Amino acid sequence: MTAADPDRWCPRTAPAVLLRHDRARGSHVLLMPERVVVLTGSARHVVELCDGTRTVTRITEELRARFPEAPVDAEVGPFVERMRKEGWIR
Amino acid sequence: MTIAPPPPWGLLAELTHACPLHCGYCSNPLELTRRSRELTAEHWVNVFRQAAELGVLQTHLSGGEPLLRKDLEAIVTGAEESGIYTQLVTSGSGLTADRLRSLTGAGLRSVQLSVQHADPAASDRIAGSRAFAAKEIAAALVTDAGLPLGVNAVLHRHNLDAVDGLVELALRWGADRIELANTQFYGWGLLNREALMPGRDQLARAVESVNRWRDQLDGSLEIVWVAPDYFDGVAKPCMGGWGAVSLTVTPDGTALPCPAAATLPGLDPVNIKDHPLRWIWEESKAFNLYRGTDWMPSPCRSCERRDQDFGGCRCQAFALTGDATRTDPACSLSPDHTALTALTHSAPGELTDLVPRRPTTGPRPASHA
Repeated sequence: MTAADPDRWCPRTAPAVLLRHDRARGSHVLLMPERVVVLTGSARHVVELCDGTRTVTRITEELRARFPEAPVDAEVGPFVERMRKEGWIR
Repeated sequence: MTIAPPPPWGLLAELTHACPLHCGYCSNPLELTRRSRELTAEHWVNVFRQAAELGVLQTHLSGGEPLLRKDLEAIVTGAEESGIYTQLVTSGSGLTADRLRSLTGAGLRSVQLSVQHADPAASDRIAGSRAFAAKEIAAALVTDAGLPLGVNAVLHRHNLDAVDGLVELALRWGADRIELANTQFYGWGLLNREALMPGRDQLARAVESVNRWRDQLDGSLEIVWVAPDYFDGVAKPCMGGWGAVSLTVTPDGTALPCPAAATLPGLDPVNIKDHPLRWIWEESKAFNLYRGTDWMPSPCRSCERRDQDFGGCRCQAFALTGDATRTDPACSLSPDHTALTALTHSAPGELTDLVPRRPTTGPRPASHA
């Protein structure tokens, strides 16, 4: 599986994957068959922007504007790529 | 003052014990709940609302065969409206395009389909019912609807040699996942233990197959292998710990820390009709009896694995020793381990020796326990 083009690919969560706020534990989670992925740090903000309308480059730009102090450039790309390999986004 | 235990993640909802299949490995209790005693859809909607408030994020809608509930759509809606992710655990019998459409419309998210063997005739023999054709149809309906499909096969002497065929079947059916789960000896499975017990060579070959497929498929099909705990000398971390990760509600509303726990003496499990779910999870006797490590006997008490395997399975300790507080005999450190190992050397059992799972009207079948 080769890496997707960050200027063309507009990721969205896979149909079986749901982003939910877990009120009891105060975190955001991805729900999918047989599995719960607890999103830590700013992971949730990345997933929220994976709505099929934004390229990875655009997602990175938006988060950079919102969180100027955060290491957005270093973290968003690898996280998106990991989610793609796991099949959580496509 | 005690600190409340961490909330549960999952709820196993056993909606009915009725089932058109008669699999002799079934882990349902020998005394199956009558349909007239089942919870109503309203009860289930209420259970899901309370479960979501408690922290439950996922539910398995299981049985028996949950499709036999005509009000399954209302039950799915209840879970969905509470924000709980739903998976239907089914034999496939009775699933039509219309039924699946109404279930997905209600919010059903995924389906787990059981299969008894890769060969249709052998599958039907194990199920005691001509069920295979419906499974093939159900698999196609689920993947056509775009829902994730998991295939589940419970393994034993009479299908362990078909692991390759089962993986091929899962690939052919477009599954995302196959669970190859060696029989856990509870309920009907315990009653039929001798006839189901695999051979050691047979198991070794199946493990080789699984490893080969995992290498070859490289994650494109998730293969879950549930090891048979009678053979490795290692106790399973049953349920991820007692009252730690999930809870079961049986067809009549009894809340249990694990689906097999109804057999344990002194548990005094209570019904969701009589108590709030939060109280049941946090404070009831049944959920606290073996929670944590304080209850543990030697050698568990001082074992470095006590926080990994939680002393193994209480139901198995009870079934094999008559004492639910003993170390799980599956563990090689258990004083009862030799007795368990002896069970793996029994003469090969025949499929025809299996007592089929059926509601009993006469005397209960004698247990081997």
